[in-house]
Amino acid sequence: MIQEPFAYGSSLIHRIDPRTRVIFATAYAFVVALSSRFPALLMALFISFILTGLACLDMREMAKRTLLVNGLILFFWLVLPITFRGEALFQLGPLVVTRPGVLLSARITLKSNAILLAFMSLVATMSIATMGQALHRLKVPAKMVHLLLLTYRYVFVIEQEFQRLARAARIRGFQPGTNIHTYRTYAYLLGMLFVRASARADRVHQAMLCRGFRGRFYCLKEFSMSRIDWIWSGFMTALISFLAIMEWTKIIY
Amino acid sequence: MKDICFSYAGSPPVLDRLEFRFYQGDRLGLMGPNGSGKTTLFHIIMGLLKPSSGTIEIFGRPVRGEKDYRRIRQRIGLLFQDADDQLFSPTVLEDVAFGPLNAGKSQKEATDISFNVLERLGLSGFEERITCKLSGGEKRLVSLATVLAMEPEILILDEPTTGLDESTKKKIIEVLSDLDLSCIMISHEIDFLAETTSFIYTMEKGKIRMDEDLHAHRHFHAHPHGTTPHEHK
Repeated sequence: MIQEPFAYGSSLIHRIDPRTRVIFATAYAFVVALSSRFPALLMALFISFILTGLACLDMREMAKRTLLVNGLILFFWLVLPITFRGEALFQLGPLVVTRPGVLLSARITLKSNAILLAFMSLVATMSIATMGQALHRLKVPAKMVHLLLLTYRYVFVIEQEFQRLARAARIRGFQPGTNIHTYRTYAYLLGMLFVRASARADRVHQAMLCRGFRGRFYCLKEFSMSRIDWIWSGFMTALISFLAIMEWTKIIY
Repeated sequence: MKDICFSYAGSPPVLDRLEFRFYQGDRLGLMGPNGSGKTTLFHIIMGLLKPSSGTIEIFGRPVRGEKDYRRIRQRIGLLFQDADDQLFSPTVLEDVAFGPLNAGKSQKEATDISFNVLERLGLSGFEERITCKLSGGEKRLVSLATVLAMEPEILILDEPTTGLDESTKKKIIEVLSDLDLSCIMISHEIDFLAETTSFIYTMEKGKIRMDEDLHAHRHFHAHPHGTTPHEHK
């Protein structure tokens, strides 16, 4: 259900402390999302490409993911240029394509791709378990971290239960169609899934009580900063500052 | 346990004035048809379900509230039927260390205990594995490890071999025979119980039949195996 094609590897990025990767991915995303000048955005996209190179990401998996997001962005390109008011660029039959509309679409495209690629190379390169541990060590509230980890843990189980139910329906000749019978069957499946998930939650809680659970979770993983982590942190800080300077001052360009 | 009654809402009683005694060092097997209340009995022992009447005494002291049970749970380890219920942490090490940490052990101690237990079960190298990506047999062994890591005095196992292949089953039998613990085991497999326990009781109609004339014995039996020569171990 959740595949983590980038999570394991031995590239430079994979070896860097996950905590710093989470921090810099977040900081980078903020700066890029708040930028609007094209030189800064183009630069950001360029930096993101370099990061994917450093993480040695599999090109095909990467393309699959970016295509998915850009499919969504395509709708912005269809709608924004003709609905935004402003200076007309050209006319397409009854529709007027405006300059600000095109620029806005271009910005959205650049920003989303830059952020997506950066997250793929910095955050998707760790397993969700590691990410939970890193967030825990970064003092993110324990409840949120464990919500994430338990969701990840049980999404697989719930998927299996759904597959079991769906299989049971299929082997008795159920064929989905556009009729009440289909809707009712799906409603039953979904309802059953909720019932089972809730029963499962009860049993997991019981199992935790049996092992002395008192509302506290523990994290055993310790992270430590090595020299390469410090160098990397300096490098990322410089890059992000550079982007910020390009965006908010007139020193460069 | 004396006069224990229990029923789930809207159905006839599962346990009916059940009486049950268990002494240190006993190794007991429990059989019975589905729905005869075996699992319910285990959950009552652990305080996960409250009996509607009756008294329970564990380790020589009556247990009533949640507070008593907290103490009991550190000393009795329950292995659940479904390993997915038991393993909730992202990594194997964290799951095995969860019990010891709750018992107030330091991180170092908990980690040491976990490594030890995993090694004893032949699971060395599993520490950083992701729990949801283990196979069914591995999950069962890891859940056994999570229970053993709490260093319980009594082990209660709910169908520990259901759905496992022969080699994993053998491993569980080996581990259980090596342990010097009192234990109660639910199973539908009389061969398994005969190998790991000294008494076998049956549950029926909400009661436990403790008659001693019911016991497992070895005997010969026939089965189709064609003309291929084969060995019986």
